[in-house]
Amino acid sequence: MSDDAAAEMLRGRVAAFLDRHDPAGDRTAFLRARFDAGLAWVHHPVGLGGLDAPRRLQPLVDAEFARVGAPDNRPRRNSIGLGMAAPTLLRHGTPTQRARWLRPLWTGEEIWCQLFSEPGAGSDLAGLTTRAVRDGTDWIVDGQKVWTSMAHRARWAILLTRTDPVAPKHRGITFFVCDMTAPGVQVRPLRQLTGEAEFNEVFLTDVRLPDSLRVGAVGDGWRVARTTLMHERVAIGGRPLPREGGMIGRLAQTWRDRPELRSAGLHHEVLQSWVRAEAARLTALRLRQQLLAGDPGPESSAVKLSFAALAQRISGIEVELLGGEGLRHDDWTMHRPEEPDLLGRTATYRYLRARGNSIEGGTSEILRTIIAERVLGLPAEPRVDR
Amino acid sequence: MSNLRYDDHEEALRDSVRALLAAYSPWQRVLSRVDGDRSYDMALWARLAGHLGVTGLAVPEEHGGAGAGFREVAVVLEELGRAVAPVPYLGAAVATRALLGCGRGDLLGPLAVGERVPVLVVPFATSPGVPAHPVAVADGPVLSGVVAGVADALPAGLLLVPADDGLYVVDADAPGVTMRPVLSLDATRTLCDITFAVAPARRIATGPVAGSAVTDAVTAGAALLASEQVGVAQWCLDTTVDYVRVRYQFGRPVGSFQAVKHRLADLWVQVTEARAVARYAADCLATGDPDTPLAGSLAQAYCGTVAVTAAEVCVQLHGGIGFTWEHPAHLYLKRAKSAAIAFGSADRHRTLLAGLVDLPAPAPN
Repeated sequence: MSDDAAAEMLRGRVAAFLDRHDPAGDRTAFLRARFDAGLAWVHHPVGLGGLDAPRRLQPLVDAEFARVGAPDNRPRRNSIGLGMAAPTLLRHGTPTQRARWLRPLWTGEEIWCQLFSEPGAGSDLAGLTTRAVRDGTDWIVDGQKVWTSMAHRARWAILLTRTDPVAPKHRGITFFVCDMTAPGVQVRPLRQLTGEAEFNEVFLTDVRLPDSLRVGAVGDGWRVARTTLMHERVAIGGRPLPREGGMIGRLAQTWRDRPELRSAGLHHEVLQSWVRAEAARLTALRLRQQLLAGDPGPESSAVKLSFAALAQRISGIEVELLGGEGLRHDDWTMHRPEEPDLLGRTATYRYLRARGNSIEGGTSEILRTIIAERVLGLPAEPRVDR
Repeated sequence: MSNLRYDDHEEALRDSVRALLAAYSPWQRVLSRVDGDRSYDMALWARLAGHLGVTGLAVPEEHGGAGAGFREVAVVLEELGRAVAPVPYLGAAVATRALLGCGRGDLLGPLAVGERVPVLVVPFATSPGVPAHPVAVADGPVLSGVVAGVADALPAGLLLVPADDGLYVVDADAPGVTMRPVLSLDATRTLCDITFAVAPARRIATGPVAGSAVTDAVTAGAALLASEQVGVAQWCLDTTVDYVRVRYQFGRPVGSFQAVKHRLADLWVQVTEARAVARYAADCLATGDPDTPLAGSLAQAYCGTVAVTAAEVCVQLHGGIGFTWEHPAHLYLKRAKSAAIAFGSADRHRTLLAGLVDLPAPAPN
C-alpha cells in the first residue's frame, strides 16, 4: 500500500471510529476502544493496537484525534512504559505477554517503571548483581535498584537480574517483568540535589516472580535490554520542538524582557547558545524525518549529547544573567513530581536539574565512547571484565 | 516543513560527482597544483559541465539549464568541499542567484554548458547587508575602482559589479579590466584584486532590485558555503578516523585511547549538526523561504567553525605526518579557515542573528 493510500485508509478508520465512540464520553472506555481499533500504535500488528501501517503515519492519526479534542493517553505520565517497555515487549514478548500488557500500558491504566540501574551498576549496567534464582516454576529475586522514576506509581516494571553468576557478565542476565505489588518489593523516594524526589530506590527481598513474567530466554536478558536502551536515547532527546521551544527560549525571553541585565560578554554567550540550540533542534528534526522515512540514523546519540550540554550551559548563563536575583531559589522541600519539569520553576532550579541530563539515560562520557565505537568504528579499549 | 534529508536523486547526484572527482581530482593532483601555478582547474570544470551537467543545476530550463535548484547545488558543493577541488562552482552559484534575482537568467545560458563563468565582484569576506561599492560609474557607462580579494573571478568570463546606482555586467576581457592574483591562504581558491580603469559596462538592474539581488546573492553564498564546509569537515573526520584505526603506538591503535575517541565523537556530533544546519539553509534557499537570511546566518555562525575544528583535529590527531606539506590535511585546514571568513565570519553572522531574532546588544553606557 502506498503512503497516500495508507493515510487515506487511516483517516477513514479514525472517522468511522469517531462515529461510533464519543470523545467526550468515558475516557478509559474510549482509549480501550481506540486500542482495539488499531489506532493506538498504527505500526503494531492487528490485535496489538495497530494496523500494520507505516509508523510515520502515527502523527497523522494522533492529529486527527487531537483535532476533535479526544482524550489522549497522557503519554508523559507513562514515558517508560510507552517509550521503553512497549517496544521491548513487542519485540521480545510472547503472544500471551503482549496481549496481557500492551493494552493497559497504552491506555495509561497501568504505569510502568524500569528496574535496571543499581548502586554498583550505573554506566557499567551489565555489572548488575540483583539475583534471580529458580524455585520450581518461580524465580526468587533479591537485590537493590536505584534511579527508578515512577516506581511509586507503577504497576509493573521491566527488570534486569543476574541468573548465572558464573557466566561472563553479559551472558548471565535475564529480563523479567516485575509485579510491583508483589510481597518484598519496597519503594523509597530518592531525594536528589534539587531537593525533590523524581526517582526511587527499590529494594527487592525474596520477591517471587512466576516464570511467565520472564521476557526472552534465560541468559539472553542483555540482548533484550539493548532494545530497551536503544529506545531510551530516542525518548530522551528526540522530541520535535519549535524554534526556541527548549531551554533557550527561557534565556532568550529573559534577555528580551530585562534590558538592564544585559552585558557584552553575556550577549556573546546568549548568541552562541542560540546558534547551538537551533543547530541541535534542526538535527533532532532531521533525525525525526529520517525515522519517519524508515531510515533511522545514529543521530539520536548526537541529539542527546547536545541536549545535555546545552541545557547545562544555557541554564548556567541564565543564573549569571540574573545576577543577584539568580541567588534566590524558590523551594527546597521534597516533592514527588509526576514527571520531570526540565523547563519549569526558577533559573536556579533549571541549572541544578540540568546536571542530571548528562548522567541519566547514559552518561555523556559513555555516549562518546559508544559513538566512537559503534558509529565511527574505532577499536574498543582493552578490557579486563570480558 | 523543510526537508532536511537527501532525496534519492540527490544521493545519486552525490555519487556521480564523487566518482568524477575521485577520477580527475584526487588530492595528489590538487596538491601538485598548489605547488604549481595555483590556477583553477578548468579541465575539471569542463568535465563537471560536460560529463555531469552540474554547472547549470540552478539555471532555469528555458535558459538551457537543468532547472533543478539550490538543494542540488548544495550537494555538489559538499562533494567539491570534500575534495577541496579548485573550481569556481561557489562563485558561479552566487552569481546565478544574483542574476536570477534581477530577472536576467538569460545571461546564464553559457554557464549551463560550462562557459563564461559569471562571478559577483565583491570581496570574498563580504557579509550580507554590508554595502561596499568601491566602484564608481561614469558616463558610457564605464566603471573605475578596485575590488580586493574576490574569489572565483580569475577564471570568470562575466563580472557582475555592484555600484551605487545599480548592478553592472562587465566582460572579463574588456579593456580597462585587470585581475591580479593574490597569494591566498587557500591556494585551492585563489583570490584576486580586480582593477577597473574606465572599463565599459552594461547596467542590468537598478534601485532596490539591484540592491536586493546583491544582498540575496551574498546570503545565498553564506547558505551554500555551509554545504562545502560540511564536505570539508566530513573528509577531515573520515580521514582521521581511518588513520587512528591503523596507527599503532604503545602496542595499540591510537584510536582505542579514550582521549582520541572522545575528541572524534564530539567532532562527529558537530559534523552531524552542521549537516542539518546546512541542509536547512539549502532548502530555504531552494524554496524561497522567508527564513533564508536567518538560515544563512545560522549556517555561517555554526558550520564554518565546525569545518575549522575538524581540520584542526585532523592535523592534531595525525601527529607529525599531519604537519607536513606532503599530507593533504593542510589543504583542508587552509580551505576551512578561509571559508570561515568568507561571506562573513561567525561573529559577524551572530551579530546579524541578534537583529533577526530580537536578541539586541546591550545599550552603550
